[in-house]
Amino acid sequence: MELLACIKQVPDTSEIKLDPETNTLIRTGLPSIINPFDMNALEAALAVKDKYEGTRVTVVTMGPPQAQVSLKECLAMGADEACLISDRAFAGADTLATSYTIAMAIKKMEEDIGHKFDIIFCGKQAIDGDTAQVGPQIAEELGIPQVTYVCSLEVKDGDVITKREHEAGFEVLRTPTPLLVTAVKALNEPRYPTLLHSIRANRYKVHTITAKDMAVDVARLGLKGSPTRVRKVYNPPLRIAGKILKDGVSQAVGTVVDELKKKELI
Amino acid sequence: MFEEYKGVYVIADCFEGQVRKVTYELIGQARLIADQLGEKVHTLVLGDKIADKAKDIVAYGSDFVHVFESPLLARYNTDGYTKVITDYFTEHKPNVILIGATNNGRDLAPRMSGRMHNGVVADCTILTVDKEAGLVEWTRPALGGNILAEIVCPEHRPQMGSVRPNVFKEMEPDYKRFGEIELVKFDLKESDIRTKFVDMIKVAVGGIDIAESDVVVAGGRGMGNQTNFECLQELADLLGGAVGATRPLIEKGWTDLPHQIGQTGKTIAPKLYIAFGISGAIQHTAGITGSEMIIAVNNDPEAPIFKVCDYGIVGDAMEVLDEMIKQIKVSKNNA
Repeated sequence: MELLACIKQVPDTSEIKLDPETNTLIRTGLPSIINPFDMNALEAALAVKDKYEGTRVTVVTMGPPQAQVSLKECLAMGADEACLISDRAFAGADTLATSYTIAMAIKKMEEDIGHKFDIIFCGKQAIDGDTAQVGPQIAEELGIPQVTYVCSLEVKDGDVITKREHEAGFEVLRTPTPLLVTAVKALNEPRYPTLLHSIRANRYKVHTITAKDMAVDVARLGLKGSPTRVRKVYNPPLRIAGKILKDGVSQAVGTVVDELKKKELI
Repeated sequence: MFEEYKGVYVIADCFEGQVRKVTYELIGQARLIADQLGEKVHTLVLGDKIADKAKDIVAYGSDFVHVFESPLLARYNTDGYTKVITDYFTEHKPNVILIGATNNGRDLAPRMSGRMHNGVVADCTILTVDKEAGLVEWTRPALGGNILAEIVCPEHRPQMGSVRPNVFKEMEPDYKRFGEIELVKFDLKESDIRTKFVDMIKVAVGGIDIAESDVVVAGGRGMGNQTNFECLQELADLLGGAVGATRPLIEKGWTDLPHQIGQTGKTIAPKLYIAFGISGAIQHTAGITGSEMIIAVNNDPEAPIFKVCDYGIVGDAMEVLDEMIKQIKVSKNNA
């Protein structure tokens, strides 16, 4: 099988701290990591490869040249090939323009290997944008089915059986290949890099795909190809901190219980 | 330029023959947007034998209800829903489309946008209108809820967004409201749906759903252990509420995913929220700031949760919990 994992290099938002003086975000100096849900996507692909001999896992990302570091990390975990989609023309893309670009790059990669990717794995969303849109939009652009929020996956008689998270429980679905899935954290525990794979990753030359390598409609790329526009970005209004009761547990609880009675919550 | 694009459309979110509450929340918002733009509210309802729900949808504020009935639509499926809805929208051109930011809604919205080549804004929590420009201003949290971004779609129609459940209140239903209900004919074959439904494994949500409850009592790492965490149920029962938890507790397996509050869990907006042993990371507080009253208990006076609460008690979570249960019992007995 030919498998593809789509990853994104993101700032580690779990490291974001509030400046205690100003109550604003400290956004500088955040480390770059692979989007955690994309690690689950890659692990899912590698797990399928472990089970089916002759399977190849390719990993792809769109971003600036320094995103290569993330691709090499994926190679060190056991991915076979890595490809960077990078061009100034892609800058400022929203999810629609991004997914169009990635889908066109995937078509180009499929042409080069002479085979369609049987399963494309994405994370359910990226932790910087939290949109969960690029995966489904890639699937639509490629015209293949999608299963989102996947927490378990198994290949069976050429179909893919997935368990999908739903607010009321789990939906079990059966989908023929090719398809695109988006992974949640519960899907698996990503493996660690190995020494052997790391040595290969160090020597590996990442392929780069630019705008002129693909048969793209330039009007659909970058900022120009993005229907959405960010008008402003601001810090969420903080609730005004209330009373902090430090006068001993029994007294403090008394104050709160009185307040609950006043509000008819008891 | 976009005169032919008219109406504010809501895609109803249905599950097993029931219209989910988020649909009515969306209709309330659609009503506000439509009134400012001088347009009508339309709702698309897809399902099997779902037409009898149309009168509720009118009562909650929709001017038109377009019903699509087929056994193939009994459950949400990406291929079927995307085809039926986008086919309909090639003839009827909407100005605005609102979709619930549930797992199904967040599966559908980007797929529709991919087909219609329009913009889509995910998981909005504030909706406003720029009347002059005729634009919906979609505001959504990003960077794990640390910032808010206001987004518009100036040059494309339809303007589309998914809206987070439980952020907006639905309007009071009015069954005297007038609305037009239409059964729509459409073309959908079984072979259009490539993903086959096998099974639905329901997770029994112990007690009451945290997203629906008026009172939520939640625990974090400061509870110490699972036995302590389970003591929260007694307080929740006394207050007629539900028990929630932070993500680390779900990861430890102390309780199940449906109880998780915060950025990657549920957003809640109860009348009363009581947080025990929760430090208040932004990922958690993003999910609770809609609560009417927040009471926080933590032994660290510097815990960030104290910055967002109405009442903070500095003390040991278990000690405060026991005292609170005791005093509420006394208070109830005296009542």
